[in-house]
Amino acid sequence: MLYREAGQFKTSYAADMAIFPIRQDRIGVIALLVFAFVGIPLLAHFQLWPLGSDYFLRAILIPFLILSLAAIGVNILVGYCGQISLGSGAFMAIGAYSAYKFGTGVHIPLEFLGTEISIAPLPMIVSILLGGLMAAIVGILFGIPSLRIKGLYLAVATLAAQFFFDWVFLRVKWFTNYAPSGSVAAPDFYFFGYLVNSPIERYLLCLVFVTIFALIAKNLVRGNIGRQWMAIRDMDIAAELMGIRPLYAKLTAFAVSSFIVGVAGALWAFIYLGAWEPLAFSIDRSLQLLFMVIIGGLGSILGSFLGAAFILILPIFLDQVPHALGVPVTVETVSHLVFIVTGALICYLLIVEPHGFARLWSIAKEKLRLWPFPY
Amino acid sequence: MKADVQERPETASAGHVVADRVIGDVVLAVDNVSLAFGGVKAITDVSFDIRKGEIRAIIGPNGAGKTSMLNVINGFYHPNQGTITFKGKKRSQMRPYIAASQGISRTFQNLALFKGMSTLDNIMAGRALKMRRGLLWQALHWGPALAEEIRHREAVEKIIDFLEIQHIRKAPVGKLPYGLQKRVELGRALAMEPELLLLDEPMAGMNLEEKKDMSRYILTVNDQFGTTVALIEHDMGVVMDISDRVVVLEYGRKIADGTPDEVQRDQRVIDAYLGISH
Ligand SMILES: Nc1ncnc2c1ncn2[C@@H]1O[C@H](COP(=O)(O)OP(=O)(O)OP(=O)(O)O)[C@@H](O)[C@H]1O
Ligand SMILES: [Mg+2]
Repeated sequence: MLYREAGQFKTSYAADMAIFPIRQDRIGVIALLVFAFVGIPLLAHFQLWPLGSDYFLRAILIPFLILSLAAIGVNILVGYCGQISLGSGAFMAIGAYSAYKFGTGVHIPLEFLGTEISIAPLPMIVSILLGGLMAAIVGILFGIPSLRIKGLYLAVATLAAQFFFDWVFLRVKWFTNYAPSGSVAAPDFYFFGYLVNSPIERYLLCLVFVTIFALIAKNLVRGNIGRQWMAIRDMDIAAELMGIRPLYAKLTAFAVSSFIVGVAGALWAFIYLGAWEPLAFSIDRSLQLLFMVIIGGLGSILGSFLGAAFILILPIFLDQVPHALGVPVTVETVSHLVFIVTGALICYLLIVEPHGFARLWSIAKEKLRLWPFPY
Repeated sequence: MKADVQERPETASAGHVVADRVIGDVVLAVDNVSLAFGGVKAITDVSFDIRKGEIRAIIGPNGAGKTSMLNVINGFYHPNQGTITFKGKKRSQMRPYIAASQGISRTFQNLALFKGMSTLDNIMAGRALKMRRGLLWQALHWGPALAEEIRHREAVEKIIDFLEIQHIRKAPVGKLPYGLQKRVELGRALAMEPELLLLDEPMAGMNLEEKKDMSRYILTVNDQFGTTVALIEHDMGVVMDISDRVVVLEYGRKIADGTPDEVQRDQRVIDAYLGISH
């Protein structure tokens, strides 16, 4: 009886088109946002459970937010536009290294022209957004083959992008400012002159990014361009016969997706890792993001969050629960268990419920809407 | 411009009497079109025209090349020979979305809906060409972008009312019964506000009731909005009832062209339909 829309009449199309047309959803989301923006900082400030130590913020909440953001980006391309990508890790890397270069000053010697290009270090926020922009540009370039090739072949092409950029960031020393070890450290992060340093500040910065980009992504997918993406995904020939240009639809999906993934990559490097090596953005990362999207729900913004939460929490859960039950498990066993559970779940979801957890959630809501009278 | 006025024979099954429709000049001309897939000749040297405001049926036995003809008209297949002239512009090669932007829309023999989307989104997708706000405005979903979205939503709601599919507005189309999917597909084509509407067997697999409804929708669209319709249909009763002129294909060739009465009496058509080999 609590979750019911009876009596809530929509008097305009604008109200019907709102992100959360049902009042209970709206209240729930506002409560969640208030808790995320106010409640968690307060808990952390007063060191209350579960935020008594930094662990929860540093090891769970911050990576959860950043990977959710990356998963939203991947979901736009894979879930909404139906273009499989195994190169998301590379696009995170492009965002991270571009932001690093812009943040530490770009210097390109052009000796054969007797000149050089020099850009002074830019503010971090600007660098991160430029990192997204560079990823978007590369994304468009790598999206061009998608006009010709589909499915498995496109997956292989994006895999090639992954290996190519792994190699570039490992071998082209210019990107790492000639650091001998190949590992780079993020410069201090100033937000409009304010040093972002403590875990709670980092968390809030990520939260702001994720909230804004999730809203933008939601707006895009429920508008004209989102319908074009889904039309291309569901039936590209019919879409083209209706006047939807595959070139425009696919390349915008690559651009928007890569932009968001690139920004997430920059945040991952600057906020979560602090110092990193090219390995941080390997094929493993690409696969992890793809799994998040499949488990959370293809074609769902909410699903991106659910998938990221699941993938992050599963290893912790499998580590803690047997301990709590007094069953001794080794670290290797846990990591094997993670593979088994993730793999089995992906097989199950792909066969039974391709829309993942997000769909299960909406089925549950549908049931709740009718409860306790099923008809 | 002189237009010859033609009276439509009373359409008994749909219970509609439509008078004083204006059949105008030729809007689409197909000239000597041939199309082959490797060795298979799908269309051989076919010419016919479609006049503004008429309902033009294309009939013929299975594999006669009807669907291929529609695919040539809206630019999906490029003919090996011959030309298509639409609204006075001649072309032999053209991308489908250009045909769409010039005002040609269609439905498909085997449903081609966007299965993962709701009825509403499917029909809204039909207005993609008409929506002009850029990505940045859409990202904000506010101001002009919101106004545009609402304006098109209103137009789409009119189509939903017209096709009587209000109850499935938010339902994912993949799970709808076949007859309703066909209706949604018509809605999507109508959302483009086409000048020429191509319908590939819109009533295939429908029961009598559904066929009557579909005939009624087609006649209303044609009558009220002056939309020119090209229709492929196997049900002869329906074809004879609602079409103004009929072109008959067999083995990729045109074997007859004329009013339903003329075509019905044509010996070659009778032979083709009785399966007599020549
Ligand atoms: N894409 C294609 N590749 C190869 N052959 C094709 C293709 N499309 C159609 N054909 C062939 O062209 C011929 C005409 O096919 P078409 O689909 O136009 O017939 P149709 O009149 O629509 O038949 P039906 O009543 O069964 O729908 C057939 O012999 C078919 O096998
Ligand atoms: Mg056909």
